[in-house]
Amino acid sequence: MALLNIRNLTVRFATATGSFTAVDGVDVSVDRGEVLAIVGESGSGKSVSMLAVMGLLPDTATITADEMTYDGRDISNMTRAERRRLIGREITMIFQEPVASLNPSFTTGFQIEEVLRVNLGLSKREARARALDLFRAVGIPEPEEKLRAYPHQMSGGQCQRVMIAMAIASKPRLLIADEPTTALDVTIQKQILDLLMKLQEEYGMALILITHDMGVVAETADRVVVQYKGRKMEEADVLSLFEAPQHPYTRALLSALPENATGDRLPTVSDYYSQEAGR
Amino acid sequence: MSVVLEGRGITRDYHVPGGLFGGAKTVRALKGIDFKVEKGKTLAIVGESGSGKSTLGRIVALIDPATGGELLIDGKPVDITKARPGPGMRSRVQMVFQNPYGSLNPRQKIGNVLMEPLVINTKIPAAERRERAEAMLIRVGLGPEHFNRYPHMFSGGQRQRIAIARALMLNPALLVLDEPVSALDLSVQAQVLNLLADLQDEFGLTYVFVSHDLSVVRYIADEVMVISQGEAVEQGSREEVFANPRHPYTRQLFAATPVTDVEAIRARVARRKAARGAVTA
Ligand SMILES: Nc1ncnc2c1ncn2[C@@H]1O[C@H](COP(=O)(O)OP(=O)(O)OP(=O)(O)O)[C@@H](O)[C@H]1O
Ligand SMILES: Nc1ncnc2c1ncn2[C@@H]1O[C@H](COP(=O)(O)OP(=O)(O)OP(=O)(O)O)[C@@H](O)[C@H]1O
Ligand SMILES: [Mg+2]
Ligand SMILES: [Mg+2]
Repeated sequence: MALLNIRNLTVRFATATGSFTAVDGVDVSVDRGEVLAIVGESGSGKSVSMLAVMGLLPDTATITADEMTYDGRDISNMTRAERRRLIGREITMIFQEPVASLNPSFTTGFQIEEVLRVNLGLSKREARARALDLFRAVGIPEPEEKLRAYPHQMSGGQCQRVMIAMAIASKPRLLIADEPTTALDVTIQKQILDLLMKLQEEYGMALILITHDMGVVAETADRVVVQYKGRKMEEADVLSLFEAPQHPYTRALLSALPENATGDRLPTVSDYYSQEAGR
Repeated sequence: MSVVLEGRGITRDYHVPGGLFGGAKTVRALKGIDFKVEKGKTLAIVGESGSGKSTLGRIVALIDPATGGELLIDGKPVDITKARPGPGMRSRVQMVFQNPYGSLNPRQKIGNVLMEPLVINTKIPAAERRERAEAMLIRVGLGPEHFNRYPHMFSGGQRQRIAIARALMLNPALLVLDEPVSALDLSVQAQVLNLLADLQDEFGLTYVFVSHDLSVVRYIADEVMVISQGEAVEQGSREEVFANPRHPYTRQLFAATPVTDVEAIRARVARRKAARGAVTA
């Protein structure tokens, strides 16, 4: 049985110009110990579908699904209290915009220690020690000092690693990582991905990894879902996806790598579509 | 060719919280950086997280002052601690911040975000302001239907494109872009990079482009500067740096770039299966 199972998820937003369908009948399921990558164009509903699972969408959103279960339990009908026990402990999320997700008025150390005390019941002293371990694990330089720094005193990539540390602090069973390494160069990205894979293998954490980086997909995923304009275009195990991408958008995505630039211009997906159509 | 931007021995100090026993201390985030960028060219700044790229970007864009050294724009020294940049200078130099959400006012509709620089700095009439803003939305892959939406109603990559669109509204001569395409999928990324290249050809824009993505740098840069712990450890033309990376950090960057090669994926999948088998056995 899948750990998270979502069938036919639709999310609509009420906007000034009428209703807008951001996610249109998407299925997502992930097993214990599995790494599912979600790739797709910007604005195709990747973040919104996962925020729906977390119960973090604004009131303007209408969410419907045929099934939405975690560990066999229906999450759409949970009471607030039930959801709170789950979210932030068993299911955690690394948000896409790390700097915006941290509170500017508190030190990063205070924020992560708060998570540890509230969610894991650690004492102040234990929380401090564990926070330091976590900062080290995600490779934050001078971790003692950075625990006392405010978000604006840290670089973009350092804030991103604080977010990662907070999300893994409670040893979640399901981690949803939304573009977790966008602010990191490849060397630190590798360290972070290795860390996530280690946690994942050590205690069977399930990982949903939203990314636009096909290199990250190639190096971590078991299975891949490709999303385009709010819909799922293709789902395949990672090897098949790279060996024989089925959908034109997936092929376009793989051929849009900047190393495939011809002359002065980079190929876009629409270039690719018009090429395929012209064939 | 005229030099649009020059830095001489730029330094920047920050006061930061001390270690376990409290007390503030000063760290030098930039340790004397020299560079020159000619009109119509792109200087790419590459470097580890925390190396000082955004710090340098904000100094070049006249957002933050340098602690020491000299910054010259169009050959004239500029020191924002002595004289605040006037509207002329402000519209010549623009910045796209690394964190687009933080740089957008949550209560301002996107259309107004884009038109505001025109209201403040130009006498362009309202109808034309709107036209220009809508045209710009389309150029970054958004549409007029987004005009009346607030920042929180966009995806991460859409907000990144709004930040780029806003910076382009005033036709700046010098644009500092801090990781401007980091959240974009390859197709939208291509669209944005093509747009930047087109504008550079058309109007001779000069770019300072901070990025950790080497494939993007290889496409966009004329000159590359690699910084590590506040020092420029490697500087040269794109061809030189890519053909013959000299600094260990630059080489490490090349080596760690993930591979999308099918054989490598096959090997990894097999390793994972074997590891799993060992656990369940
Ligand atoms: N509160 C909202 N009101 C209206 N539309 C919204 C709202 N939040 C998101 N959207 C829209 O829903 C669509 C999906 O957004 P989502 O954030 O899921 O995209 P994404 O796939 O994560 O893209 P990216 O890769 O750029 O982060 C977008 O078109 C976005 O503009
Ligand atoms: N306002 C500040 N106060 C104190 N320290 C700061 C401040 N801003 C940045 N720093 C520190 O200066 C160093 C350089 O930061 P900067 O943001 O320039 O790095 P960066 O190269 O842009 O990194 P990234 O790739 O992660 O964005 C970091 O160690 C950071 O913690
Ligand atoms: Mg997103
Ligand atoms: Mg930065």
